[in-house]
Amino acid sequence: MSAVDVRLGRAAPRDRQGAVAWLRGDGFFRVVVTACASLVLLLIAGMVTFLLIEGFDAMRHYGFFSFLTSTRWAPSEADATRSSPNPYGIVQFIYGTLLTSFLAMLIAVPVAVAVALFITNFAPQRVRRPLSSIVDLLAAVPSVVYGFWGIFALIPVIKPVGDFLAGTLGKLPVVGAVFAGPFFGYSYFTASIVLAIMVLPIVTAVCREIFLTAPTAWKEGAVALGATRWEMVKVAVLRPSRSGILGASILGLGRALGETIAVTMVIGNSVLTINKSVFSQGATMSSVIANEFTEATEPFHLSALFVVGFWLLVVALIVNIVARRIVAAQAAL
Amino acid sequence: MSTAADTFGRGLAGRRRRGRAVTGLLAVLMALTIGVLAWVLIYVALQGFQYLSPSFLVQNPPGIPGAGGGGFFNGILGSFIVVGVAAVIAVPLGILSAVYLSEYGRGRWSNAVSFFTDILIGIPTIVTGAFVYSIWVIHFGFSGFAGSLALAIVMLPLIIRTTTQMLQLVPDELREGSLALGATKRQTVLRIVLPTALPGIITGLMLAVARAMGETAPLLLTALGNDLFTETNPGKRMSTLSLQIFNNAISGYKANQSRAWAGALTLVAIVLILTTAARFFAGRSKVSR
Repeated sequence: MSAVDVRLGRAAPRDRQGAVAWLRGDGFFRVVVTACASLVLLLIAGMVTFLLIEGFDAMRHYGFFSFLTSTRWAPSEADATRSSPNPYGIVQFIYGTLLTSFLAMLIAVPVAVAVALFITNFAPQRVRRPLSSIVDLLAAVPSVVYGFWGIFALIPVIKPVGDFLAGTLGKLPVVGAVFAGPFFGYSYFTASIVLAIMVLPIVTAVCREIFLTAPTAWKEGAVALGATRWEMVKVAVLRPSRSGILGASILGLGRALGETIAVTMVIGNSVLTINKSVFSQGATMSSVIANEFTEATEPFHLSALFVVGFWLLVVALIVNIVARRIVAAQAAL
Repeated sequence: MSTAADTFGRGLAGRRRRGRAVTGLLAVLMALTIGVLAWVLIYVALQGFQYLSPSFLVQNPPGIPGAGGGGFFNGILGSFIVVGVAAVIAVPLGILSAVYLSEYGRGRWSNAVSFFTDILIGIPTIVTGAFVYSIWVIHFGFSGFAGSLALAIVMLPLIIRTTTQMLQLVPDELREGSLALGATKRQTVLRIVLPTALPGIITGLMLAVARAMGETAPLLLTALGNDLFTETNPGKRMSTLSLQIFNNAISGYKANQSRAWAGALTLVAIVLILTTAARFFAGRSKVSR
């Protein structure tokens, strides 16, 4: 065996025997693992680049920002010789993505925080692990199964709820437009509920980790001052975790923004124009790609779908970077 | 002097009542969450068992829209092939990347790799599919292998994340002892650190495989699907269980939906078996938090 070389990165030797030794040595191993790890950076850079390249044809033909100023997606009106108006407006997909994701977070975050608090601070010690595992199982169920279940099990149950809300809230002035009927089952609303169930375990898991790092001294201090368990949790667990909960929520939001198959199955896939009501059918950025990608035969159709994908990637990158920074800042406390 | 009653502005009895009410509310939401999981699993089981049979697992779909009978054999086989090839690509890359992050990485480059590994986990898988379409499918056509590439990109950051965590749990005394006995760093990593963390690493791998098994969106853009016959060549377009569930579920034919339910039950069973097995390995881990 050769001499111990704990310092790494010997220069590559020129002779053959030396080369074999170098390949077996630490320097080469270091190069290999570094190269593998760098692949992650290459992949993200590659995604941005290649989506831009594939979307470039449509962007050059119709103009970079014309996609972001129209709410009309009508591939059949596309004409290779005309560049205006742009038949591939994507604002309604951005609206659908943001609406379903925010609605999902509105439902999921309070429940996730409650469940995480219950598991970490209220449940008897011996059931905490099993409860965590059960919630984690929600994340194991595949997206396509949630979508299928959504169509046949969820829609019949929430149909009366939606009809009731559309009949009451939908009749109000001003906000009525957001809740207007008719409600056919397939809708933003349904997609939001399915999304809420899918992001719940993710937000819960991060919140659980954060609540476990709550400073013991604060908890003991609160109890020593005569606080009840809920008061202790409020001042010593929830208060120092506020920014962490925000980070967990944005992390969940990132997941909701990109979720595809389950949403595609229950949202109704109405692409032509913007439907404002939460009870109407719609589409999201990911659902339109999934739906039309393999049947994109009109001029610039496929390229326009790549434009949608590019903007989806941009939104996902921003949301995830912000979330990770917030969670990391909380963890550093 | 300030007392807790002052701080919380309520008498002791009122504060206790409030505490009990909050505890009750949290318990209800916990129960609700478990209830939703039970609803999903039981509904899939009830629907799936109506059609699931041994022949479902060994026959292909009838190939005529709306016709009854047949099964998802080609999809189940396709899932194992596509995910298997994806694992062959992602597992070594993921483990070596984790070795870099845990054993070598110091400074800005490793911080960047670590950060963007987390970001990659959050990238929509449909975008991953579009990316693989643009680098592979455009040149070589739809194929099972293209699906494997997409799933490998989905699995890679998951593997890196769990493996790095496991490697960091290996006590430094083991590394120091190995180096003190004259082993090189490469030998220390490959023969001491990795084997010590192996059960935990396998847990992470199985969870990544379970995740890939259920992925549908990126496969729509890469493997495309093939409902007609059994394809074992990853160079050709290939069906997977998830794709068949999706296509049959939205077909509108009762017979197709029955097959899709049986397929959903099969998929959930595969994923749950993998997840449970992963927990078993986690329990056997020599290093733990």
